[in-house]
Amino acid sequence: MRFMVIVKATKDSEAGVMPSEELLVAMGKFNEELVKAGVMLDGMGLQPSAKGARIKFDGDKRTVVDGPFAETKELVAGFWLIQVKSLAEAIEWMKRCPNPHNDGGELEIRQVYELEDFAPGEGIRIHEKVRDELKKQK
Amino acid sequence: MAAGQHRAISALFSIERPKLIASLARIARDVGVAEELAQDSFEAALEEWPKSGVPDKPGAWLMLTAKRKALDAHRRKQMAAAKYDELGRDLREEEATPPDLDSVLDDDIGDDLLRLIFTACHPVLSQEARVALTLRLLGGLTTDEIARAFIVPEPTIAQRIVRAKKTLAEKQIAYEVPHGEELSGRLAAVLEVIYLIFNEGYAATSGKNWMRLELCNEALRLGRVLAELAKDEPEVHGLIALMELQMSRFAARVGTNGEPVLLMDQNRARWDRLLIRRGLAAIERAHEACVKLNRLPGSYLLQAELAACHARANKAEDTDWAKIAGIYGALGTLSPSPVIELNRAVALGMLMGPQAGLEIVNALANEPALKNYYLLPAVRGDLLAKLGRHDEARKEFERAAAMTQNEQERAVMLKRAQR
Repeated sequence: MRFMVIVKATKDSEAGVMPSEELLVAMGKFNEELVKAGVMLDGMGLQPSAKGARIKFDGDKRTVVDGPFAETKELVAGFWLIQVKSLAEAIEWMKRCPNPHNDGGELEIRQVYELEDFAPGEGIRIHEKVRDELKKQK
Repeated sequence: MAAGQHRAISALFSIERPKLIASLARIARDVGVAEELAQDSFEAALEEWPKSGVPDKPGAWLMLTAKRKALDAHRRKQMAAAKYDELGRDLREEEATPPDLDSVLDDDIGDDLLRLIFTACHPVLSQEARVALTLRLLGGLTTDEIARAFIVPEPTIAQRIVRAKKTLAEKQIAYEVPHGEELSGRLAAVLEVIYLIFNEGYAATSGKNWMRLELCNEALRLGRVLAELAKDEPEVHGLIALMELQMSRFAARVGTNGEPVLLMDQNRARWDRLLIRRGLAAIERAHEACVKLNRLPGSYLLQAELAACHARANKAEDTDWAKIAGIYGALGTLSPSPVIELNRAVALGMLMGPQAGLEIVNALANEPALKNYYLLPAVRGDLLAKLGRHDEARKEFERAAAMTQNEQERAVMLKRAQR
């Protein structure tokens, strides 16, 4: 099963403070360990929310709100995508992660829905219809 | 002990287990003994850790404990077995110097893991034994899980593993990574085992047998580990690329009623983009390794290239059939086979039209190797149908249906015959 491990933002990450050399090295080693074990599939760090935007939906209305966003601790600062056999294994791997921020970090582990979890239904049929339309246009 | 605690320790052990076995086997020169000692150390952890807390370096703790167990056994039973003695000496040397958990685990654990992989896939063992032993020692699957995945009785698998370990001990197989001329053949055997595990899981489209999916994931994980351990080997990257790309279509290749969906008819929106990206990156690495060693692409890399041609096409009509026909040509040169020729004919038919394809297929009609191959009439039927020769097409599909043993394949063929 696959899990997304979400790194929560902190005051520092939102301020764009770059990680120290020491943390970079430690994080690099940790990632290497994950890759060597065939566990890590993907991972990225995100820039501060000041450089981002939100789109809010209200019925048919869409409102764009520019960053930064206030609720720092709920924001996402990066993620891993890992593949392991159980949540317990995901937890044991991520406990080995160096503290991602100097000012109190938090990781959240969430299981990924796999496509085969969805029963083929209307949604999948729509994708197929779009494909057929594209075929006709050719 | 709380269930959560047991779960956490078990998860930790499953992370450490392959490394433990790999290192212990180097010292004990026996994978069976190594596996038992690893298990003993796990049981010790289940007893100790709930009281004392999980140590800072659980892997080193488990390793040290396993070595102590070996020494105990040696002292208690006065075992003549040199294996235990060797472990004991190793430990006594460590105890003579100030205990340092860091030094308990070797830095070159990677080499031990490689040794373990090569040993589990040793040619002295039967193919079945290699698969079972690899899944048990490196995948950490229980005999029961392996048995369910392969749909055979549990005692059969258990026996297979016991016999395999015995054979390795009796024949005194050296615990080492082969080198020189031996390496390429031994590596091919390892890749074969991994791909066999993958295909065993991938081939089953019917039902919800999660153990089968587990086989695919386990093969992928082993491949990813091996790709890190043997970075210079092009075919290792070729195999992992092939598996990642095939896996990217896992969800799309089965329809609403569990029926197989052919590649060209699959909903490409359901292909896993992450796995495609990883597969394409692995192809790049394989090519770089080929250049470095001045080697031509091998069979896994070529097959991965085929899968990549499909992965790169956003619509079925965008498929680069010229490239596919060329790759089949290269595969045919590497290992000539009428089946590859048949596939090349299909690609050329897609490229140059059904008439050209039909001519190549007709030329293959008398190949003895294709005599009972249901895809030969299936391909002929498909080409004939495209040419509007429906009566002839129907006969070919019916012939194909009669030739296949697989029920779902037969259903697909009969359905086409009715069209």
